[in-house]
Amino acid sequence: MKMTASEYDRLNKQVSPNSSVVKNCIFAFLIGGLICTIGEFLTNSFLHMGMLQREAAALTSVSLIFIAALLTGLNVYDNIAKFGGAGTLVPITGFSNSIVAPALEFKSEGFVLGLGAKMFIIAGPVLVYGITSSVVYGVIAFLFKLY
Amino acid sequence: METFMEYLKAFVVGGLICVVGQILIDKTKLTPARILVSFVVAGVVLGALGLYEPLVEFAGAGATVPLTGFGYLLSKGALEGVREIGLMGALTGGITAAAAGIGAAVVFGFLISLIFKPGDKS
Repeated sequence: MKMTASEYDRLNKQVSPNSSVVKNCIFAFLIGGLICTIGEFLTNSFLHMGMLQREAAALTSVSLIFIAALLTGLNVYDNIAKFGGAGTLVPITGFSNSIVAPALEFKSEGFVLGLGAKMFIIAGPVLVYGITSSVVYGVIAFLFKLY
Repeated sequence: METFMEYLKAFVVGGLICVVGQILIDKTKLTPARILVSFVVAGVVLGALGLYEPLVEFAGAGATVPLTGFGYLLSKGALEGVREIGLMGALTGGITAAAAGIGAAVVFGFLISLIFKPGDKS
């Protein structure tokens, strides 16, 4: 099949955005799934140690947050995120990464308004909207006696 | 075999939730910050509607590890707070339930940022 360079460009543009979306989704699925599987493994291990479900779940979050913070400090997490995409962003490890990465980057601007403030550049909005919506839900549940 | 199925369910459900995020990034150009905010709020709303609990029972960490699980935890806490101490519980419940995660994120985030140097932007 013969085609001119411009025809080839046009066809290439038609095909590549979609194929890259599919590729990104596969990586996000595999890496996100893997992080959740590690979480399931941690929860099971904590349950085997005799913890209650609630304690085990909380310690799983704490462990994943610690691991991701450490891997971000070691500059490993951001390299995984380059191909993990949303697979590294959406799990709670991504939340942890969103705290450490800007904190490190803006450390040179000082410990209060650099590190201390920039930690929350993404985590801040997450907490603001998450907590506010949960309080709104609590008030609605109280008013309409949904509890 | 049962344990294998449990891990498989966590893998598939957790992976699929991340795929939703990836599609939002690629198709709508939402920034990572907006994705995370949307996922937490979605978790609160789905938790409030009672739709997230079955997913947690089905997939375990596959549903609790993604940030929607954090939202679910907040909504569950708010409801328990209201049940236990009334209106004030709406204010305290969510944060109480999520306290371990929030505390860990702040303290570990701070300590790691203190200890390590910024990485090369390669």
